[in-house]
Amino acid sequence: MIRADARILLEVRNLSARVAGIEILKGVSLTVRAGEVHAIMGPNGSGKSTFAKALVGHPAYEITSGAATFEGRNLFELAAEERARAGLFLGFQYPVEIPGVANAQFLRLAYNTIQAARGKDELDPLEFDDFVREKMQLLGMDPAFLDRSVNEGFSGGEKKRNEILQMALLEPKLAFLDETDSGLDIDALRVVANSVNRLITPDNAIVLVTHYQRLLNHILPDYVHVMDGGRIVKTGGKDLALELENRGYDWVAGEAAAA
Amino acid sequence: MTTATVHPWLASLLAGHASVPARPHDWVNRLRSDALERAHALTLPTIRQEDWRFTDLSPLYQLAFRAAAPAAAPAGLGLEPVIAPEAGARLVFIDGQFVPALSILASDGVVATTLGAAFDAHGDLVRSQLAQLAPFADDAFRAINTAYLADGALVFVARDAVARSPVQLIFATTQADVATHPRCLVVAEQGSEVTVVEDYVGLQDGASCVNAVTEIAVGPNAHVRHVRRQRESSASFHIATCAVRLERDASYRAVAVAVGARISRYNLNVVQAGEGTSCQLDGLALIRDRQLADTHSFIDHAHPHGTSRQLHKCVVGGHAHAVFNGRIMVRPGAQRTDSAQASRNLLLSRRAHVDTKPQLEIFADDVKCAHGATVGQLEAEELFYLQSRGLGERVARGLLTYGFAAEIVDRIPVPSIVESLRRTVLHETQGEALA
Repeated sequence: MIRADARILLEVRNLSARVAGIEILKGVSLTVRAGEVHAIMGPNGSGKSTFAKALVGHPAYEITSGAATFEGRNLFELAAEERARAGLFLGFQYPVEIPGVANAQFLRLAYNTIQAARGKDELDPLEFDDFVREKMQLLGMDPAFLDRSVNEGFSGGEKKRNEILQMALLEPKLAFLDETDSGLDIDALRVVANSVNRLITPDNAIVLVTHYQRLLNHILPDYVHVMDGGRIVKTGGKDLALELENRGYDWVAGEAAAA
Repeated sequence: MTTATVHPWLASLLAGHASVPARPHDWVNRLRSDALERAHALTLPTIRQEDWRFTDLSPLYQLAFRAAAPAAAPAGLGLEPVIAPEAGARLVFIDGQFVPALSILASDGVVATTLGAAFDAHGDLVRSQLAQLAPFADDAFRAINTAYLADGALVFVARDAVARSPVQLIFATTQADVATHPRCLVVAEQGSEVTVVEDYVGLQDGASCVNAVTEIAVGPNAHVRHVRRQRESSASFHIATCAVRLERDASYRAVAVAVGARISRYNLNVVQAGEGTSCQLDGLALIRDRQLADTHSFIDHAHPHGTSRQLHKCVVGGHAHAVFNGRIMVRPGAQRTDSAQASRNLLLSRRAHVDTKPQLEIFADDVKCAHGATVGQLEAEELFYLQSRGLGERVARGLLTYGFAAEIVDRIPVPSIVESLRRTVLHETQGEALA
């Protein structure tokens, strides 16, 4: 929902970043206000995942220039865990498997860490169990996933649900969802999209990073940005996604080059 | 052979032999004297031998050990945390002495009793099996163990019997400067099933020497699960052999965890002596300071259609040193053997050290054998994942280290032992945030 008077959550100015010495982001600017849903689309290798990862503090990405503030705080002065505690979240494209650590144990630890950072009450294992089961029900997740090791042996769809479960638990102010739709069949996509829709409030915001327009039939974006060659080359409303679906990405790149 | 060449340490260790009372059974006495003679003739391992290249026992040879005084009063020993409540039968040995008051014998379908009693009650069985799987002809420590043979544990599962609850064997050391020689024999007859938990625990802080031998004979289509915990005191020495023989279609699944001892060495030998056998050998060494933990395993595929799986992990902190030598033999004719072995090692400090050596010897042509070894630090992607959920770096590292070790612990089929070892791992990996 676009409201001109809404608070600015994220302000990125001319961000450039490289990984392993190669410049991937070449001056990206983006403003996200509370209540908004943004979609960043673009061909593979355009830099859209890098953008999300660099903002949440992935150590492999080196910021070479530009600025990013989150609720007025300089993001690049914060460690990854501090950004999470401040309210940033990344739903991973490829969630990491952690054998030996029970999902329930991990989820509670993450939840309590974020709660403590917000000065809110932590939950003991029994209280947390009730709380997390409720959230899992909304996502159509089998409670058996609590006892299994984090993401280990989960199918692609189960891993993505586990990411959204974490989002539901941690209640971030700004969530990047990186290719959350890839690998999901249509039923799983609907469940995940409905859950995300339920989490949207006037006070938080979501940035969907996706290659496919399909997700945007289920989560309606206020803004669609097209990334190419490490820059945002076009920004429009939700209709832009449909146009991209019909015409591909090349015309945008061509238009940008001509401009 | 002359006694003049006997290593003084060995001579002193064997001097206590005279105090072992003779048994009324000639064959036992003969076995012991044969072993004693052999022990005098054998040389003690040194780092000049390939098998002991990384494990220097010279600190052991500098210490004098005595025979244990009679076991202290059972009360107040601190044995409670060791006890697995699930166990239906339990034999407790304290400083080498069987303690009936702490033990639960079993005799119905599943026999759990002392070797001392079994020499009478199951004489033929014990005689036909003892020292067969773990011969002492060329191993000084086994010879010493056998020379001291007086008592020990027998677990016998009769044909088609299924042990509904685990059998726990506890060997606790409560006195410093003593040497003990625990001995276990497990015989699972055709079609039977049993879970055996073997526990070695130090309840004192001084140096002690535990020299253990376990033999496990698994009959046709029988299934044995084996849990082994070694938590000796940090000044102690622990040398052990476990020899397993699998008859046709038998299976053996083992998890061995080493946390204690200054120097520990575990030799695990599994012979697949019939077609279609399977074994899974998982191991975890969790050590720090100046500890050394050495596992040498040998899986001998001698018949077709055998499978083996092995995952050995070491978590090494401080100046500690872990050793893993995983030898796998596939003999001619052991066609369609399917074997996979992995050695995974996590170094927690710059001074920590691992020597890992897979050793495949394949003499059959239609086989599947995979092996791999990794030594390293925590994965950056895993750390980032946890940090992106708000966890501080120290907590994240602790959690990942914990998970690395817990993956092995979770394979133990006894819940209370999983719980207790998870707590141990938690403590060792400083993952207090999870408590």
